[in-house]
Amino acid sequence: MWLVAIGGMFGAVTRFLLGKWVTSKINSSFPFGTWGINISGSFLLGLLAALHVKNMAPDWMWLLVGIGFLGAFTTFSTFAYETIQMLQRKENRPAVIYVVTSVTFSILFVWIGQYIGRIV
Amino acid sequence: MTNDSYQRCDIPGRSFFIFGKKREVFGLGNAIAVMLGGVLGACLRYGLGLLVPTNEGFPVITLLINLSGSMFLAWFFTVTSQRIAIQPRLKLAIGTGFTGAFTTFSSFSLETITLIQHDHIFLALLYVLLSLFGGIACAVLGARVATRKERQIEQVKGEM
Repeated sequence: MWLVAIGGMFGAVTRFLLGKWVTSKINSSFPFGTWGINISGSFLLGLLAALHVKNMAPDWMWLLVGIGFLGAFTTFSTFAYETIQMLQRKENRPAVIYVVTSVTFSILFVWIGQYIGRIV
Repeated sequence: MTNDSYQRCDIPGRSFFIFGKKREVFGLGNAIAVMLGGVLGACLRYGLGLLVPTNEGFPVITLLINLSGSMFLAWFFTVTSQRIAIQPRLKLAIGTGFTGAFTTFSSFSLETITLIQHDHIFLALLYVLLSLFGGIACAVLGARVATRKERQIEQVKGEM
């Protein structure tokens, strides 16, 4: 449990700081921060899951990094909230693009991560 | 340093001077708030996951976590931005830290690809659609509840 706690602590704060940094660099109403975080986090979880299956990543690493860090780093609630905010601002097209690309890219990248994890 | 770069801050029980701008930039307190919320969110997610083991079945727990978290965050952010004045750090701890860490996107994508790899194409599609439309619907509902309560309060105030 404490491994998940430590991972979650750093995952949440990394998301917070990275998100703030991205929004300060990119002047756009499109939530690139959460977008990139969810896709990159999915990639890393796929990679780690494949390594875990091959026993190259021990259980403690799965709990610390997989469930704790990456689980807290990526987020679904902010994703949903940003989507309804865009819909409220009548930015329907960006909202649809946000939802569709978040899902397709994160599933694609989790698969790529798994693939890389299997061949190394 | 001139005096006007300082900002007086009064919190019941103690009053002190803070260096306004620097505090905004470094925000160590903000980061700690997010960290504390993150610990609780991640532990609660893990704890709930232990209750129902999902090896190859439908990932019910992640779905429920993501739906409930989406509803709560939309309600919480709406209510705190429009109605209830809340300490910004508490808002960060509960919203960005706790709810952000409680819900997860990486498990959602890993579970979807696992369902596809086990040839449960229909379940994978169902999972994605339920998560997306459910999550957005829950967020809309959460925000609606928050604004409706606000209107009721305004009405009461108007009648008084």
